[in-house]
Amino acid sequence: MTASVGINITDNGDQSAPPSLRVEDTPRDDVDKTRVSDFAGPTIVLVLFIGFWYLLSTKILPPQKRFLLPTPHRVVNEGFLTWSAGTQRGLRPILLSLWDSIKIAISGLFLTIVIGTTLATLMATRRWIERATWPYLVALQSAPILAMTPLIRALIDGVRVQRILVVVLIAFFPIVNNTLFGLLSVDKSQHELFTLHKASKFTRLVKLQFPAAMPNIFVGLRISAGLSVIGAVVGDFYFRRGGVVGIGAQIDIYRSRLWGAELIASIILASIFGLVVFILFGLLAKQAIGKWHTTTRGR
Amino acid sequence: MAEALGFKNVGMTFGDGTQALSGVSFDVSPGEFVTVVGPSGCGKSTLLRIASNLESETQGSCVVNRDSIGYVFQDATLLPWRTVRRNIEIIAELHRIPKVERRRLAQNAIDLVGLTGFEEKYPRQLSGGMRMRASLARSLVMKPRVFLFDEPFGALDEITRERLNDELLQLFQLEGFAALFITHSISEAVYMSTKVLVMSARPGTIVASFDVPFAYPRAHSLRYEPAFAKLCGEVSRSLRGALV
Ligand SMILES: Nc1ncnc2c1ncn2[C@@H]1O[C@H](COP(=O)(O)OP(=O)(O)OP(=O)(O)O)[C@@H](O)[C@H]1O
Ligand SMILES: [Mg+2]
Repeated sequence: MTASVGINITDNGDQSAPPSLRVEDTPRDDVDKTRVSDFAGPTIVLVLFIGFWYLLSTKILPPQKRFLLPTPHRVVNEGFLTWSAGTQRGLRPILLSLWDSIKIAISGLFLTIVIGTTLATLMATRRWIERATWPYLVALQSAPILAMTPLIRALIDGVRVQRILVVVLIAFFPIVNNTLFGLLSVDKSQHELFTLHKASKFTRLVKLQFPAAMPNIFVGLRISAGLSVIGAVVGDFYFRRGGVVGIGAQIDIYRSRLWGAELIASIILASIFGLVVFILFGLLAKQAIGKWHTTTRGR
Repeated sequence: MAEALGFKNVGMTFGDGTQALSGVSFDVSPGEFVTVVGPSGCGKSTLLRIASNLESETQGSCVVNRDSIGYVFQDATLLPWRTVRRNIEIIAELHRIPKVERRRLAQNAIDLVGLTGFEEKYPRQLSGGMRMRASLARSLVMKPRVFLFDEPFGALDEITRERLNDELLQLFQLEGFAALFITHSISEAVYMSTKVLVMSARPGTIVASFDVPFAYPRAHSLRYEPAFAKLCGEVSRSLRGALV
């Protein structure tokens, strides 16, 4: 129907999800079996990764640069096992700023979902809205936030709102794109069934297009959720004030003070947060559509 | 009896200039089962799409009782997110039938097509034949007076197909609707119908009409009778004629 949508970067393959987390991967009727290989794989990768890390921080890096990458056990000791030391050191300040960012990410994501699905719905039902907004959405998604920071600062007061706006700007596109794509790719003969029985536009939307789009919507949601974490980190990097700052700003502080252990601990925790969000939305999708939606994969 | 469905000199030329139908005229009355056979691409589906108003004829006129129309598509077109029961309820839902009534109507249709016990399954858990039954049941719920079938059993194996033929015939006798059926199988056409129409290659037009004299209820043994084979042969010959 809408060529402009079809050819765009619509992520229907959900390439970002590892197989065992894929909603679509539920087997027909039998229960998910947890196999040894499900754990063996990630464990081996982790061991290799840590081994490489040791190698890097004790052998590969020239001695005068090793302070950049503390060894894993130093990160664990100073970043995770020390609760609080001095003003900014230890796990406590990291967790505080992480929590600060989590709140921003969640508010931003919520706003993104509300605005994004509304816009996608309008675009799906009114062609001219789609035509009018699509190019700018694409442009917006590739515009660097860095370039927009002065404008955001000038237009909006309040660090919180500024940070939330950054989250929305970064997380916006996938949810709109995937929702719109889902709403517009309903099977033609299913549409005809509704036409045959004189269904209204609204009925069609509620009983046909939205349910059919759910798999796409969840793909978009999951990508947007991941991006909202990135958006929060980026946002507090650019917009901060004294007191408790977001994890992005905190990371920047550690970087400038060359506190490698805290720096890496913060990065790990922020990544874990991203992972948790990702898994959470995967489970949510499984709960919502796992019963009927499957994609095939060759054997 | 008043016709339920009438084509008068219907022609159809699509926007791109493809002429799909030309000068098609025939009627279907309640209690009549008319089957159209014809070469692929001759405009059979187009005929049904015109009858159901999904497409508008460009010449002639088509009169249908459109308030009460059932359409069984070539593929089952079930909604994958709904269970069998809720799929079968959908049309009643679109017509705003209250929930309790809807349940009852759907259950009747489910029992009628032999899907009892599968109400809470999702389409992906059904076999092709069961999906087709569900699709049939979905159209049955509102007890349509005009029933359009677009090669509904084309994708099924011979045995399942014959079984569904018998079930559909039972429904036909029970409900007495007007049926317009499309198939590629000549024996299916003869077995089911009161009348078989043969269409020519594009632009499709009716080139022959065969009244089928066998009384209902028809049993499977009919397929082995000489008269049945003879009629099939005649339809087949006429279809070959239509191809050249
Ligand atoms: N929307 C359309 N625009 C242009 N041409 C069309 C359109 N729909 C159908 N046609 C053409 O009209 C002709 C008849 O199509 P139709 O689908 O009715 O054939 P059919 O007899 O049902 O074929 P089959 O037996 O293969 O299903 C075909 O040549 C097809 O290409
Ligand atoms: Mg066809």
